Amino acid sequence: MAPEEQKAKVNQVLKKHQRDKARLVDILQDIQAAIGYLPQKALEEASRGLDVPLSRVYSVATFFKAFSLTPRGRYLINVCMGTACHVRGADKVLESIEKELRIKTGQTTKDLRFTLETVNCVGACALGPMVIVGEDYHGEMTPEGVTAVLKEYN
Amino acid sequence: MTKLKSAGELETLRKQITGKRDPNKAVVTVCNGTGCHAHGCLAVTAAFRDEIAKKKLTAKVDVRATGCHGFCERGPLVVIQPQGIFYQRVRVKDVPEILSETVARGNPVERLLYTDRASGRKITQEHDVPFYKLQKRLVFGNNGAIDPTSIEDYIAVGGYAALAKALGMKPEAIIAEVKKAGLRGRGGGGFPTADKWRSTRDAAGDIKYVICNADEGDPGAYMDRSLAEGNPHSFLEGMIIGAYAIGAHEGYVYIRNEYPLAVRHVAAAIEAAEKLGLLGQNILGSGFDFSIRIQRGGGAFICGESTALMASLEGKVGEPRAKYIHTSEQGLWGRPTNLNNVETWANVPIIINNGADWYAKIGTAGSKGTKIFSLVGNIVNTGLVEVPMGITLREIIFDLGGGIPKGRAFKAVQTGGPSGGVIPESLLDLTVDFDELTKAGSMMGSGGMIVMDDKACMVDVAKYFVTFLEGESCGKCLPCREGLQQMKAILTRITEGKGKPGDLALLEELAATLQAASLCALGQQAPNPVLSTLRHFRAEYEAHIKNKKCPAGVCKLGAAKKK
Repeated sequence: MAPEEQKAKVNQVLKKHQRDKARLVDILQDIQAAIGYLPQKALEEASRGLDVPLSRVYSVATFFKAFSLTPRGRYLINVCMGTACHVRGADKVLESIEKELRIKTGQTTKDLRFTLETVNCVGACALGPMVIVGEDYHGEMTPEGVTAVLKEYN
Repeated sequence: MTKLKSAGELETLRKQITGKRDPNKAVVTVCNGTGCHAHGCLAVTAAFRDEIAKKKLTAKVDVRATGCHGFCERGPLVVIQPQGIFYQRVRVKDVPEILSETVARGNPVERLLYTDRASGRKITQEHDVPFYKLQKRLVFGNNGAIDPTSIEDYIAVGGYAALAKALGMKPEAIIAEVKKAGLRGRGGGGFPTADKWRSTRDAAGDIKYVICNADEGDPGAYMDRSLAEGNPHSFLEGMIIGAYAIGAHEGYVYIRNEYPLAVRHVAAAIEAAEKLGLLGQNILGSGFDFSIRIQRGGGAFICGESTALMASLEGKVGEPRAKYIHTSEQGLWGRPTNLNNVETWANVPIIINNGADWYAKIGTAGSKGTKIFSLVGNIVNTGLVEVPMGITLREIIFDLGGGIPKGRAFKAVQTGGPSGGVIPESLLDLTVDFDELTKAGSMMGSGGMIVMDDKACMVDVAKYFVTFLEGESCGKCLPCREGLQQMKAILTRITEGKGKPGDLALLEELAATLQAASLCALGQQAPNPVLSTLRHFRAEYEAHIKNKKCPAGVCKLGAAKKK
């Protein structure tokens, strides 16, 4: 996305929230949804538009787990590491995805297809271990079953 | 829709809605909670709609996508009304047969019925399934009956009657009623709700706020998600009543962004309530104004802590502050603020509708009403259960939950989330109540109940929670920031076979420091998983340290040695 386009997206979001600085977390959520991540230029634009020091925008953007300052893949993979998934072997599923995609948790594949993250609980504990790709929920995952699921997202 | 200007107009609307509905008309209700989403309920719902259209049955059969029924293990769940026939694990291919057999002829489809494990008997009715039979679904009951995106559905089952009643009462009388009912906060602390309301009401200042904490962060607990998703008006109604009692005109719902469906349903519910004049200015013609705004969280566990949540609502980093001054005096923007969680708010209309005396009959001396638990982990019937306070853990796990799968033995149940503790088999007859669980070294917390079989290693469980908390510690105060890192390092080396003789004493010393010196509840309660596993399973720690063995076979002690 070109910097001008990013700037326009940021301003759309700011307008939607009436440039209310109290809504910074919500605003950053929407900017990230529009651009895919939080590029430096977007944070600078938000800082200017809201009249909030850039340092504060950065502190919020780096405090919350939901935000990423680097580009993310087309599909976000979230492996649930909640307690129920943990006792059912979520760590082995995560390991298997890391191996399959040759990235570590928090990283993005070179072709920008996948970003791998963990989440603390999505509340679908009956189906653990749970893997969410984009908006699709894949339940009862096994380390062996990972390959087939990832293939659906080519 | 025009705005309702009085309690009478609300009743007229209710009669209109129920009058239009034929109680004998067939309704196919399909659970559309997140758990059933993962089971493929959307395709099943669509298949019902398509098939009904194809067979030109639209006039005879309704399809209703409802909130979560709680029995996530057996999803997608389908209930056929008016007979109440309960089907589980329904697939798209089952749809034509359900319509031709059950809906048209009233015959149950045997293979989709629930089989009772104990007797091997097929069960037709939802309420006869053991999982539901022992529950008391006061808060949760309407989840499976209504479409959460339809305010008409909520009004049809008596929704907003409590609000209309409350607006005719004096604010003090409402607080007195909630006090008499004995309602305590369902979010973790168990603080008496009415006392919190009272101090916020009495605090100096004209501008006050009420907040609904829907930032349900405990891993393995999802009752608030299910309520927000499945019956959003129930807790919104509670919030409006609370705001009126406290004298607040602005409210916030702080909700996890990891719950996209809940965010959508709450937003739609607020909009619908505004259109009907149940939110906004001059609610039901009473002269009382109140509006609610949603804020999505950023995925920080600490933001479930009230002061951190409020900082985040102000557009700041979610760090807590010391509470020398309570948030009921100075909370959001320095104004008196009352915060309760989703389940607590959802209890309020029930108390107002039925009266405090009725409500206080349910539960134990110190804990009134029901509590929703999410029963997860190594358990046959995973799902959400709403039970009266005072039920025993054994009843929940074995009677409702169906016990441990694969014929394995029960080892422990972890309650209260990362700040809670484990409870061993010897204490299974403990009654569930705020004070009893605390005495056992755990806590009620938000109601997560993670059952573990004999294959679970208690040192590994403690390490899991400490690792979780270390990652979620905001880093503001030293005891929590550094203490958790050290605890994690010690637990890690124990699980790798490198534990030292003094490690357990060191863990206990660190735990005492965190409890005494941390700024907020996250740090103060963080040692609980370690202390409770040490208290009940000390021998297991010692086996790791002295014999370099993990009795449960989870920790790879040998692998670490070879390195």
